[in-house]
Amino acid sequence: MSTQVETGDPRAAKTARGSSPIVTSRKKKVTWKRRVEVIGFTVPALIVYVAFVFVPIGYALVMSLFDGTPISPFTNFVGFENFTGIFTAERQFGQPFFWDAVRNNLLIAVASLAIQGPIALGVALMLNRRLRFRRLIRLLIFVPYVLSEVITGVIFAQILNPNGALNYVLTEWLGLEGMRFFAWLGQVGDGGIGSATFWVVMAVLTWKYVGMAIILFMAGLAGVPEELTEAAAIDGASYWQIQRKVTVPLLGPTIRIWAFLSIIGSFQLFDMVWILFGGHTLLGQTGMHTMASYMVTMGMNRNMVGYGSAVAVLLFVFTLIVALIYQKFILSRDLGSDSRAIRKADQKKARADAKAAKIAARELTAAETGQET
Amino acid sequence: MAVTVAGKPVLTSLPDEPIKHKRVWSWSQPWVYLVALVVVAFSIVPVSFVVLGGFRTNMQLLESPAGFPDPWVWHNYETVLIGDHSGNFWGFLVASILVALMTVILVVILGTSVAYAIARMNLKRSGTLFAVFAAGLMFPATIAILPTWIILREIGLLGNLLGVVIPQVAFALPTTVVILTPFVKAIPKEMEEAASIDGCGTTGFFFRILLPLAKPGMVTVGVLAFVGSWNAFMLPMFVLQVGGANINLFGLNLSRTLPLGVQNFTTQWSANTTLIMAFTAVAAIPALIFFLAMEKHIVNGLSGAVKG
Repeated sequence: MSTQVETGDPRAAKTARGSSPIVTSRKKKVTWKRRVEVIGFTVPALIVYVAFVFVPIGYALVMSLFDGTPISPFTNFVGFENFTGIFTAERQFGQPFFWDAVRNNLLIAVASLAIQGPIALGVALMLNRRLRFRRLIRLLIFVPYVLSEVITGVIFAQILNPNGALNYVLTEWLGLEGMRFFAWLGQVGDGGIGSATFWVVMAVLTWKYVGMAIILFMAGLAGVPEELTEAAAIDGASYWQIQRKVTVPLLGPTIRIWAFLSIIGSFQLFDMVWILFGGHTLLGQTGMHTMASYMVTMGMNRNMVGYGSAVAVLLFVFTLIVALIYQKFILSRDLGSDSRAIRKADQKKARADAKAAKIAARELTAAETGQET
Repeated sequence: MAVTVAGKPVLTSLPDEPIKHKRVWSWSQPWVYLVALVVVAFSIVPVSFVVLGGFRTNMQLLESPAGFPDPWVWHNYETVLIGDHSGNFWGFLVASILVALMTVILVVILGTSVAYAIARMNLKRSGTLFAVFAAGLMFPATIAILPTWIILREIGLLGNLLGVVIPQVAFALPTTVVILTPFVKAIPKEMEEAASIDGCGTTGFFFRILLPLAKPGMVTVGVLAFVGSWNAFMLPMFVLQVGGANINLFGLNLSRTLPLGVQNFTTQWSANTTLIMAFTAVAAIPALIFFLAMEKHIVNGLSGAVKG
């Protein structure tokens, strides 16, 4: 697009008269042109964005009030029946159950933090030093994260197969005969922490995502100034004291952001379980649905898009609540000094300081007057 | 604080200090390498099991799934790369590349222009515009999948690669705008003034000066969008598989992206485990190469501020 204005060479005009008067004198003439420019820069993106983010979300809200099918989503208005149906449904054997899915999402979120956090922190601290092959090590640790969830799912579906490599190792190498044809991904039941299948899924998720945590933490550790740890070492702090009192607190923001990403990811989990279990049938039998896979099962496999949309709305609400709580109570520490927690801490500190000053003053006067305190 | 640890003076003289440093490192070093080895093994054993599995026959896999194949069998990889399944594999690869490239190009073009409008065009409502895009960060693509599926059917994009591209672009825009807007803002105002003195208007500044300067930011958002598109499974499943895509080009089957193709392949050939392994291993290679090549860009992306 050309920007030359029709009035000859603007460069000459500008150097002759200086820049600012030209801008004001041009203003009226240029308005329509500017309008075209503004529209050209913003409207195409806005159209795509509104049409494929806001419109679908509005659709989901409205669809959740209908008992619709994919062909005719808006024919049978039922009000909030889909929601009451979700909240009051009973557990039925072999059928997907919404509260199982919610429980699985919550358990996966908590277990991911509890398992991956300490492992990643330990490994990152260990590797945070001059090492041979450091770059290679970092690259290889990142491999699981680079692979898509689908590839990961297929790999572990093969390994965890009753005839797969894991059972071979357990029986032939470790002599656990009972494990010969153990169906790691097929333990029929309600899922949950009592189920071997749940922990196998957790293991696969750990494999996939602990590498990302390690890399994030290592990047965070690289930002900790060496002077601080050196100063602590000179003051006589041991290696573990330095890690505990200096390095890890400075890593705080990284850890909090990682935890946030991990929680949100746990709530959206779909690809991995869908691939590992090969679709909705086995997910339902093992009680390993997540909210997202439950939504797809109801909306796509059973053609109940209204019900599925109601699940989507609940998934959104749950994610939003968790995100808001997390930001208010945990991430707020990283968001500048005007947050409430910091103000409170400041007040406390100010009060303590005042108290200490008072005591010091009293001691001083006492010392001056030669009295015992 | 005292300069003694466990009653032993540490700082008797200066030359002692680096020695102490060294000692701390030397006792821990073998353990560090051991831990590194364990973590690396943990990361790559499952992958190498599948890669090696592709070199076995199904009988070999049943008899001894661990260790190296004996003898090495090239047949599985051969059928995937040049044999019966090559039309599928290369087709899925091309489809994935097409979808990812179209997504990246659209995201970068649309995202940069909006970021420029917000940061530099002195709009009255630039704050609102930014908030509208930032609000999109709240909505994960997962929750919009059912309505997207229905809308795409209504406008006839189901079974079409564009049906994957456009929603991906829409859901990548919030991150793009949020990353690029401060980036564009950071470009010095003096540059725009200098350009304007030299006779460069808003649009001219955008194309001639801003685009080259914003390249690192664009690479970052481009890489993010590419990775998101490359790994996507749910949307392609709805649009291409459920939507019944049937796209053929020069004997290549473009009706699946790679992740979706891998998943379909495993259900279709579920009896032939080693063939699945070969297909999966080959399908994983492009992503590994891409990350190897882009690692620097990902890290340096935003740190490369305006130079000059």
